[in-house]
Amino acid sequence: MFDDFFIRALVAGIGIAFVTGPLGCFVIWRRLSYFGDTLAHSALLGVTLAFTMEFNIALSVFIISSLIALILIQLQKKTNLPGDALLGLLAHSSLAVGLVVIGFLTFIRFDIMGLLFGDILAVSVDDLLIIWIGGALILLTLKFIWKPLFASTVNYELAEAEGLNPDRAKAIFTILMAAIIAISIKMVGLLLITGMLIIPAAMARNLSSSPQSMVIYSIVGGLLSVIIGLFTSLEFNTSSGPSIITAALLLFILSLFKIKQSIKLKN
Amino acid sequence: MSTDQNILVKLNDAGLQLNNKWLVKGVSLQVEKGKIVTLIGPNGSGKSTTAKIALGIYKKINGSVEKYTHKVGYVPQKISIDWTLPLRVNDFMVLTESLNKETIDEALSLTGVIHLKDKNLGDLSGGEFQRVLLARAISKKPELLVLDEPVQGVDFTGEIALYELIKKISDELSCGILLISHDLHTVMTATDHVVCLNGHVCCSGSPMDVAKNNEYKALFGEQASQILSRYEHKHDHIHTDEGEIKKN
Repeated sequence: MFDDFFIRALVAGIGIAFVTGPLGCFVIWRRLSYFGDTLAHSALLGVTLAFTMEFNIALSVFIISSLIALILIQLQKKTNLPGDALLGLLAHSSLAVGLVVIGFLTFIRFDIMGLLFGDILAVSVDDLLIIWIGGALILLTLKFIWKPLFASTVNYELAEAEGLNPDRAKAIFTILMAAIIAISIKMVGLLLITGMLIIPAAMARNLSSSPQSMVIYSIVGGLLSVIIGLFTSLEFNTSSGPSIITAALLLFILSLFKIKQSIKLKN
Repeated sequence: MSTDQNILVKLNDAGLQLNNKWLVKGVSLQVEKGKIVTLIGPNGSGKSTTAKIALGIYKKINGSVEKYTHKVGYVPQKISIDWTLPLRVNDFMVLTESLNKETIDEALSLTGVIHLKDKNLGDLSGGEFQRVLLARAISKKPELLVLDEPVQGVDFTGEIALYELIKKISDELSCGILLISHDLHTVMTATDHVVCLNGHVCCSGSPMDVAKNNEYKALFGEQASQILSRYEHKHDHIHTDEGEIKKN
């Protein structure tokens, strides 16, 4: 069944959508979109590392992204630069260093477009295993830290005062962000991973009135984006990442009509 | 005293320094089961800071805090909630602890906001939100309640009812309460122990003792202590702008 590249891509995309749905909600709630972007940009460095050391791509991306997150936390403590400047600094410098390293690796042929924008042809059976096992681990961990993470997202002091240990939850969440980027890079591409996190969740925000319903809509939105996007990608021979993100954008635009309606009802 | 089983939280000479300025300094107090301890003092005197120290929100403090319970309910003075979150009253009630429907309904009924259960938290008025905050804090049946101006923005009749409720909760659950209030009348009637702060502990004791104190009079004016006998003592220090205390 997994012999067909398209089935593999579909199964991979569905697995990714289940994980980006809930994580994306937190990215929106905690205002972490640029943080996600920075981790994703640094993933290129992880990919080059994987090729030079003949190492698993997902694992090396995960390690490099976690490392960048750690460096960010240290820079925030040690410099007076604002957070967005530090994010920009790390995002672009790690992307640039990654591209420079690729330039030196002339003995390996890189599909740069595939790395940046995703390539459905590249998804192997091994990747499927990584996505589904890794994804399940991410979701389990998220379920475990849900209460402290959500409570501290609403109000840090309440969570801390009532003994929920929000700092630990935040640290674990950072690792989960690095992990989702690592498992979805082949499919969506490093420039568009944040889109996969944010756009379905943003659509879900327009439709939902409780955190739980937002998570569910976000997953459904992600699944629809993957399915519609991949079929378009197959049909028109476009890169898989941009096709999925465009589908997500269309769903977001549709969700705006729902808001318009509810505002009308209120008046 | 320190091994007393009734003690829920104890501050030993606790203080907090931020950017070389003392927010509050040298506070020693303890909250016991079934007792209400009230912090009073002018704006900026370190009441909220003291409450947060007791809750363990600040990590780098001077002195020490001993906390003997994990069942804590907190009503903060200010709460900024980001409205990018879709959050109904019902979702807010189970924020830090999972509760069943009956418990949630009971707490919301007690503070008179059961009809708002399915409303979006962002659509509530200030007073309504305050009632929800209080309901959330009491619903988990805490051993220690920290209430930082819990009735701000609540209408006059509601204010009295809520203070009665707080007193009742303290008796029924026999939980300890650390209360911050500007309502001196309530402080004087419902409290077991008053701590008067002005960057440090000016005076503390039973409500009557504190009201007799000269520093209390200096802070709150003669009117606040009209009910009292004339008990005089000398000021032994003044406060500088940096929050330092200088002996006369």
